[in-house]
Amino acid sequence: MYRIRAVEEAIAHHYPEGKMRCPVHLSIGQESIPAIFALTVNQKDFAVSTHRGHAHYLAKGGNLNAMVAELYGKASGCSKGKGGSMHLIDRNVNFMGTSAIVGNSIPVGVGLALSAELKGTNQISCIFLGDGAIEEGVFYESINFAAVRNLPVLFICENNLYSVYSPLSVRQPKGRSIAKMVEAMGVKTGAGQGSDLINSKKLMEGAFNEVRAGHGPYFLEFSTYRWREHCGHAFDNDIGYRTQEEFLEWQAKDPLLTLEKSLSQADSDSHKQIDEIKLLINSEVKTAINFAEKSPFPLQHEAYENIYAT
Amino acid sequence: MTQKNYATAINEALHLAMQIDESLICYGLGVTDPKAVFGTTEKLETRFGSKRVFDMPTSENAMTGIAIGAALNGIKSVVTHQRVDFFLLAMDQLVNGAAKWHYMFGGQNSVPITIRLIIGRGWGQGPTHSQNLQAWFSHIPGLKVVMPSTPEDAKGLLLSAIFDPNPVIFLEHRWLHNTVGEVPQGDFMIPIGKAKLVKTGIDITLIAMSYMTIEALHAANYLQKKGISCEVIDLRSIKPLDWDMVIESVNKTGRLLVLDSGFTTGSVAGEIIARITIEHFKVLKSAPARLAMPDVPEPTSFALTKGFYITAADIATKVLEMLGKNDQIKVDLSEPIPHDIPGNWFKGPL
Repeated sequence: MYRIRAVEEAIAHHYPEGKMRCPVHLSIGQESIPAIFALTVNQKDFAVSTHRGHAHYLAKGGNLNAMVAELYGKASGCSKGKGGSMHLIDRNVNFMGTSAIVGNSIPVGVGLALSAELKGTNQISCIFLGDGAIEEGVFYESINFAAVRNLPVLFICENNLYSVYSPLSVRQPKGRSIAKMVEAMGVKTGAGQGSDLINSKKLMEGAFNEVRAGHGPYFLEFSTYRWREHCGHAFDNDIGYRTQEEFLEWQAKDPLLTLEKSLSQADSDSHKQIDEIKLLINSEVKTAINFAEKSPFPLQHEAYENIYAT
Repeated sequence: MTQKNYATAINEALHLAMQIDESLICYGLGVTDPKAVFGTTEKLETRFGSKRVFDMPTSENAMTGIAIGAALNGIKSVVTHQRVDFFLLAMDQLVNGAAKWHYMFGGQNSVPITIRLIIGRGWGQGPTHSQNLQAWFSHIPGLKVVMPSTPEDAKGLLLSAIFDPNPVIFLEHRWLHNTVGEVPQGDFMIPIGKAKLVKTGIDITLIAMSYMTIEALHAANYLQKKGISCEVIDLRSIKPLDWDMVIESVNKTGRLLVLDSGFTTGSVAGEIIARITIEHFKVLKSAPARLAMPDVPEPTSFALTKGFYITAADIATKVLEMLGKNDQIKVDLSEPIPHDIPGNWFKGPL
């Protein structure tokens, strides 16, 4: 969890320098679910994600240097500078891609599940999505097909209450439970607060076990909150679409702080260990930024290559 | 060689491809129903099983994304839609996904999917069952677009499409399914991006695609009797397009008439004329021209579609006009009766 936070903070820190010339959607505040996912998923399992995909890429084991270099538009980037922050991939760990279009990667994840089923490989396909994607037609189409074919898919919905600046209240009816709605479509579901780490882990493990056992698709919904602006590095509580009070309320539920507190309660010496881990991570992140800074840009002619596979 | 119809040729290609590539899957609304998409998917399910050949929910967009996902894990798909118009719901997955996946992830993935879309005209199919949207697809980098006009090309191009590592849009005109022609046995491929010179001539180049090739040949044969020699090129592929053949022919004849089954504005025909005019202006003896569908939705009524379609008579008239012979020769071809079916003169193969 700290690793995701540290990477995102470093991106936010360097972003104003103007060297990462692409939109970034940071996951600061939303780290708990990716971190729990990382503890549960197998490397062989597939995952796809969204425009806000850094955390999922890292949680699946994606190469950090290649991700940061991609943000810098470098040849050493995970997509060779062709995709940027919103198109992350690391095939070595079966992180199969992210998409800038809301809902776009959902059926791709279902297709990966279909392929795993056809090949009989016992892989699970994990699909990260947000609350906005619930409003896309392709979400229903994909859930429906996964249910009809009993496919090994795990849908993980991080509900952060906003689609850009549009709150849930203008997008979905009052009182709706997304998980209940999905359950009505014939898919097993679970819902919880992302800040409740123990329960979230239980839900995640339960869902993985069910899907792995061949019991078909599973849908998880977790409440969460992004601390920074929708797109970019800054805080934006002052511009008027959400209140400072709401932000502070969620910040008080910081999953990282919660974890650190409960660890030190359990073991008063844990601080030392935590600090050591943080030092290691900080140095890893610094190395990644340096790697990206020092990597060469792709050559201009490469813009015209890879239109078609050969 | 054996005489077969276009639908059978497609069916043969699908059987062969599924036999060659044991992981290939084939799905779409109706592919396993008794009509088998005009016979094109006949006996696929009984032969290859319902794991590989299956009907699907009415979810064009997701089912396209599912083909992308399967492709990323090495499983090729042939997805079929009974009309191109239905497939418009899947433009996100096609344009934002399939077409760009290879490029936007730095060339690491390929997305080998074939999307069979049926286009058409007539039979009262009206505004949303008759569109010819090849220009839309050809506008998108990363897609390949083919429009075979003969049974042989349908089989050979479908095999090429299936085994191509890229997403290929395979457009089949409903008026071609029953046309008969010689189809080689077994496995053969017609290369994507190569046009076919179907008739040599010296006075004018007619560029056609899909069903328009049939009308072009009918017009060319008619004009031959009047002493006018038309060169007819069947594009077969819209993207990539065989510019070499087009340019060579126009350099020879100095006149260009492009026949397009789609709407006029923004058409493939417009693109061909633009490029030829820009790059080969000096060889043109007269202004290039195009005949395409008017910029209006296709109406449904039998009465409203009279005179609506481009027929051999329109083509012959246009050619005479371009050659300055419209005063000397009057076209005594008329719109077929009835006008909204392929026509009694039409026996195929071309």
